Amino acid sequence: MSLTEKYPQEVKKILAKYPPEQKRSAVMPLLYLAQRQEGYATRAAMQDIADLLAITPTDVASIIGFYTLFHDEKEGRYRMQVCTDLPCALRGADQFLQELCTNLQVQVGQTSEDDLVTIEEVKCLAGCDKAPMFQLQGENGIEYHENMTVDKTLELIEALRKSGKEVK
Amino acid sequence: MPKQLVSLIIDGQSVSVPAGTLIVDAAKQVGIDIPVFCYHPKMEPVGMCRMCLVEVGRPVIDRVSGQPVIEGGKPKIQFGAKLETACTTPVSEDMQVVGMSEKARTGRKEIVEFLLTSHPLDCPVCDKGGECPLQNLTMAHGSSESRFKFDDKQHQKKHVPLGDLIWLDRERCIQCARCIRFQGEIVGDAVLDFFRRGRATDIVTYSEPGFDSIFSSNTTDICPVGALTTADFRFGARPWEMNSAASICTHCPVGCNTTLNIRREARSDGNMVIKRIMPRQNEQVNEIWLCDKGRFAHHFSASPDRLAKPLVRTGELVTESSWEEALNLAARSLVEAKQDFIVLAGGRLANEDLFNLKALADGLGGKAALYTHMGGGYLTTLAGVSMDTNFGEMGAGTSILVAASDLYNEAPLWYLRIKQAAARGATLILAGARETKLEKYAAHVIRYAYGDEAQTIKSMQKSKAGQAAAEALASAQNLVVLYGSDGLGLEGSASLAEACAGLLDMTGHAGKPGSGLIGVWPHANDQGAWEMGFQPVADLAAEFKNKLVYIAACDPVGDDPALAEALKSARFVIVQELFQTETTRLANVVLPAQAFTEREGSFTSGERRVQRFYPALPAFGETRPDFSITASLAQKAGLELEGTSALLIMNKIASKYKSFEGLSYARLAEVREQWPLVGRGDIYYGGAIYANTQGLGTRLALLEAGSLPGTKPVESKRPSESELLAIPVCKIYDRGVTVLPSTLLHPHIGDASVSLHPDTAVRFKVQAGSTAQLTVNGTAYQVKVLVDEKVPASVALLPRSMGIPINTPATISLKAA
Amino acid sequence: MAHILLRHRDIPDINKLEVYRKNGGFEAFKQVVTSMKPEAVTEVVKASGLRGRGGAGFPTGLKWAFMDNKNWPHYVVANADESEPGTFKDREIMENNPFQFLEGVAISAYAVGAHAAYVYLRGEFWQVAAFLDERIEDMEKAGLLGGKLFGTDYELKIYTHLGAGAYICGEETALLESMEGKRGQPRLRPPFPPSFGLYGKPTVVNNVETFTNIPMIFSKGADWYKALGTADSAGVKVFSLSGRVKKPGNYELPFGTTFRQLVYEHGGGIINDRPVKAIMAAGASSSIIKVDDKALDTPMDYASVRTLGADLGSASVIVIDDTVSIEWVISKTVEFFKHESCGKCTPCREGNYWMMHVIERMEAGEDVEANTELLLSVAKQMQNKCLCALGEFATMAVVSGIERFPDDFTTSSIGGGHA
Ligand SMILES: Cc1cc2nc3c(=O)[nH]c(=O)nc-3n(C[C@H](O)[C@H](O)[C@H](O)COP(=O)(O)O)c2cc1C
Ligand code: SF4
Ligand code: FES
Repeated sequence: MSLTEKYPQEVKKILAKYPPEQKRSAVMPLLYLAQRQEGYATRAAMQDIADLLAITPTDVASIIGFYTLFHDEKEGRYRMQVCTDLPCALRGADQFLQELCTNLQVQVGQTSEDDLVTIEEVKCLAGCDKAPMFQLQGENGIEYHENMTVDKTLELIEALRKSGKEVK
Repeated sequence: MPKQLVSLIIDGQSVSVPAGTLIVDAAKQVGIDIPVFCYHPKMEPVGMCRMCLVEVGRPVIDRVSGQPVIEGGKPKIQFGAKLETACTTPVSEDMQVVGMSEKARTGRKEIVEFLLTSHPLDCPVCDKGGECPLQNLTMAHGSSESRFKFDDKQHQKKHVPLGDLIWLDRERCIQCARCIRFQGEIVGDAVLDFFRRGRATDIVTYSEPGFDSIFSSNTTDICPVGALTTADFRFGARPWEMNSAASICTHCPVGCNTTLNIRREARSDGNMVIKRIMPRQNEQVNEIWLCDKGRFAHHFSASPDRLAKPLVRTGELVTESSWEEALNLAARSLVEAKQDFIVLAGGRLANEDLFNLKALADGLGGKAALYTHMGGGYLTTLAGVSMDTNFGEMGAGTSILVAASDLYNEAPLWYLRIKQAAARGATLILAGARETKLEKYAAHVIRYAYGDEAQTIKSMQKSKAGQAAAEALASAQNLVVLYGSDGLGLEGSASLAEACAGLLDMTGHAGKPGSGLIGVWPHANDQGAWEMGFQPVADLAAEFKNKLVYIAACDPVGDDPALAEALKSARFVIVQELFQTETTRLANVVLPAQAFTEREGSFTSGERRVQRFYPALPAFGETRPDFSITASLAQKAGLELEGTSALLIMNKIASKYKSFEGLSYARLAEVREQWPLVGRGDIYYGGAIYANTQGLGTRLALLEAGSLPGTKPVESKRPSESELLAIPVCKIYDRGVTVLPSTLLHPHIGDASVSLHPDTAVRFKVQAGSTAQLTVNGTAYQVKVLVDEKVPASVALLPRSMGIPINTPATISLKAA
Repeated sequence: MAHILLRHRDIPDINKLEVYRKNGGFEAFKQVVTSMKPEAVTEVVKASGLRGRGGAGFPTGLKWAFMDNKNWPHYVVANADESEPGTFKDREIMENNPFQFLEGVAISAYAVGAHAAYVYLRGEFWQVAAFLDERIEDMEKAGLLGGKLFGTDYELKIYTHLGAGAYICGEETALLESMEGKRGQPRLRPPFPPSFGLYGKPTVVNNVETFTNIPMIFSKGADWYKALGTADSAGVKVFSLSGRVKKPGNYELPFGTTFRQLVYEHGGGIINDRPVKAIMAAGASSSIIKVDDKALDTPMDYASVRTLGADLGSASVIVIDDTVSIEWVISKTVEFFKHESCGKCTPCREGNYWMMHVIERMEAGEDVEANTELLLSVAKQMQNKCLCALGEFATMAVVSGIERFPDDFTTSSIGGGHA
């Protein structure tokens, strides 16, 4: 199914934001839409977006490649992206990440055995005063989790595992 | 309006250049080389590589008066603290540019050091070695030692096929984006782009098939490193081992200037072979580009099917013979035939060959015909374009009408240059029965049904889209009309030509410098044939009957097997060819000709530019040039023709034909300085393109147009409900005799196919991708079915030269195989 | 003093439209649209002395006055990319005081004759964008956006647009490229956005905090605003305080507040009461200030911070105590810039990659002195050559860190002092 068939309302709303002769502006919002279900943009979705915006699939792919929130490969259902940039690191983020990984028995960049979460390290998320913190990228978009501890995080993962849905 | 001149000083030299000129170009004009990697004079500056750093000083402006501060009688100059990029900074009055200072030189040296931190320095095994801007500029500007640890270099894939013609070495790429920008800005096929970012930036293609553009190979010329190479040439030779010869591409009527790089090679039994074809600059014709067909479809000249010796038939037996024997036999038959003979010439022949063939026919009282499916050419000799038209300079004020032609497939460089003319402000109008690639850039599109071509042009004002277009045509200062044969045979295209010439006439553009009619011919020198008075004939089969037929450089039987019977009914058949073809197989005498790579001569392009080509390789076997074969034959039949020197024949052409008046080989070999400068020591600037040192050619003069002769309107074929009308179209990569021997192109050539509208496919019960049986003129063929919304209903698009004889619209039947 | 930007700290529920309006919200917008000529609006902003809060501190009114009136349409774009490590003020404003920010955008749009304004948010602000979308809808329903505003012919629409994870998109021309659906790589400048911006049209790009100042400037007057802060830096600023302080967070204070006041009075002092060793006043892009009493007593305004060999930038104050090695700090900043370099220009793309490798070698104990020297030299080699400021930013901490804290770059000190 094409994007327009899957999300007719959303596509229309996105396209309405930009002048009709500047459709290309919609490429990023449409990629978010394309990633919603699978967590990454498929080749078919790239072609789809290209057709909608009268650009080439190569144009679309180059956007995916440039921005860190777009993906062209499948990973865990959730990407747990821990900020270890300078301000967070000054407040123990590196240690938090390490302990979390030890607990989950994965390494940074790896996905839990049940394909639920991929643990990643990211740059500053504008949550520096509430470190340790991370964002959770999943089917409902991106959620921030701040002032976290390893225990609270493990609880969150457990809840995700059980419900199959994100909880706050 | 001429631009205002700006004066400045670059490294002590005074320069005056038009306002808006970039420092790097201004410097180049006075012979000062500022090194660049990402800048290319054909593209918008991006300022990415930072190699072109210079010191820039500008006059100090007094805040109160707004005037320059004068000190010691001269404007006071202040230099900025930072180095600036010469490729992005336009000149300004009294500017001072210093590129030779310690500061500027250090800056460049530091940039080279940065670039080399990621470059593998594998020059000894790199195809670009010897003509590599990075290598050269490192020698000129780099330091002899790197402080970057070799072990820290990133290792990446070195053999990445972007498509089947172009390979990428990821390690060597320096992220200058020239290839990406060429594809996007110049060609409009945005099939390359960067992926990821920072040091991880890569070149990728996501087109299907990869790097899907018929201009892809140009990126290998402008890539400033060995990152992009052609599948044809990579690992083939080192640049310094090859010799070069100036030539002209023979694949379409554009007449791109080329340089053939040749080398003696053990792999080819110690023979000289063409290693690659490179563009040769001609800013009026192909600028510095070539299409991939022009670059890669050269293998026919070294094809194993080449004829090496004359052949003579006795009954069923065909034997090799001496030239003497073959020519005697042919000449005797010619004399016996008296005036009952016809010369059939192909548009692949040079002007000199055509001149002799025409002279032979005229001198002995026979008929001379051009073998083509496209008519109307005599109108281009009367109302064609002249000295003053140049696609590269067209912009606002010029209207360009393209009728019944898919230029991307038929004349790629015209496509590219017209697209850019439209970007510069020229008004582009497309009239066609189906959507073609160029339409994206058109201001007006006139859509008609197949069969209505001429009528549509004649009555343009009557439709709504046509009316706006007609106004744009009428009000244009200059009007250039290109007409082709998309869906048209001989009569239909002649009729269309007449309508187009009429349009030029009616709008007052006929015979005006800067305006005119251009035929999008199927062959490189059809225009030359028309200029010399060749005309096509309507019914070849009838012309063959009981006559001596002398065929040169065409394969009518291969194109249409139905002609075999007709040729068998001829009294004698002489064929002059490069290879064995279906036509040579029916000949009484076969005379082996030289390829254009082995001799000299000239072609006349669709824009009526006469251009010389030069011998690059020794003659194959016992082959001879076409003009000399014809002269020998004539002589034996009692007619004196010049057969020893192409140069002398050109002199005869010049004295016989008014439009060629004043032309000579010396004139054709003249060159002028062209901008941008390319092909000198500074390949980093324009690319590895060859400079033009052997002739820019000359345009034919316009004949007195007078009033243009009309043709009688033809009844065009239109699809009807019950039948299926096959429409002949052109495909750039076809099974033509000069294309097929280049095996590299086979994936692009593919199988014989037919394209249908989805509704038509349903009607005939055939499925997309399946094989169907197509019957034309009583013969059945297997074809692959392609389904495409863009194909008009009730017609079947059938590419020419793909093994199915189709030159004019014809009723066919189709069923699932 | 009552907050001017972080008003939610004084007025609960100000992120609800009724509450915001009850507190004078949208009066300024209405007054401007119904009673002022666009040029007059710009004049007021000029008179207020407001300077951009996105980092460069460019006078806001002057920028608006640069808009090319021969080329239409005009656009307004709010820079909500907020990606500088240590900066988290725009997020708090948008989450809690959204209408004041949007009102600022609307006034700016009126001043430059724009009928469409876009808020470009970093992709990670997904929820903030969703929240803003709802607030924009509230405004549309209340007749504060759309056609015929306040009975005039003026019309305006505001849209959000999400980025997708790229620090460089905070640079205004990269942001515009990104908005146009391209890779977020900076353009050549000039031309600047007020003459060639979004879709090649004249465009005002201002930071979220900059816009949020605007409504109060109109309701209380340019003179009132100018009187807050210092002669060089008018008004108030939200300081994002992070690092080794007890109470990190945003603090809205007048320009001229000293580092000491920020760190000790507001930030509650240093964790474990250690001494302050260094401060980075403009996030990861800062020169590292070596802290002594004089530095602590330096007022935070654009000019004064410059006397310390640093910039105030967006006022993201990262505090570093004596347990932390500066070598480790720059390894973090270089890693950040290597990750975020867009790759367009050679010195930034290759220089950051090279610096990272040199640091790795140093940390592996390989010839620390020589590698420190090399690192410093590579950083300086990048300077003044890059296409945009990111490449320059990347060298700030490296050069100042090595020059000001040589003791942290010796064989014995390497590897110590990770936070
Ligand atoms: C690398 C780089 C990153 C930037 N990031 C931001 C940012 O996240 N937010 C922002 O408002 N300005 C950022 N800026 C500054 C903008 O380019 C621009 O100056 C600013 O948005 C103008 O708004 P102002 O005048 O209101 O400050 C950045 C600049 C550079 C060079
Ligand atoms: S492949 Fe060549 S032309 Fe393309 S970016 Fe790399 S170095 Fe430049
Ligand atoms: S980010 Fe500015 S040059 Fe790389």
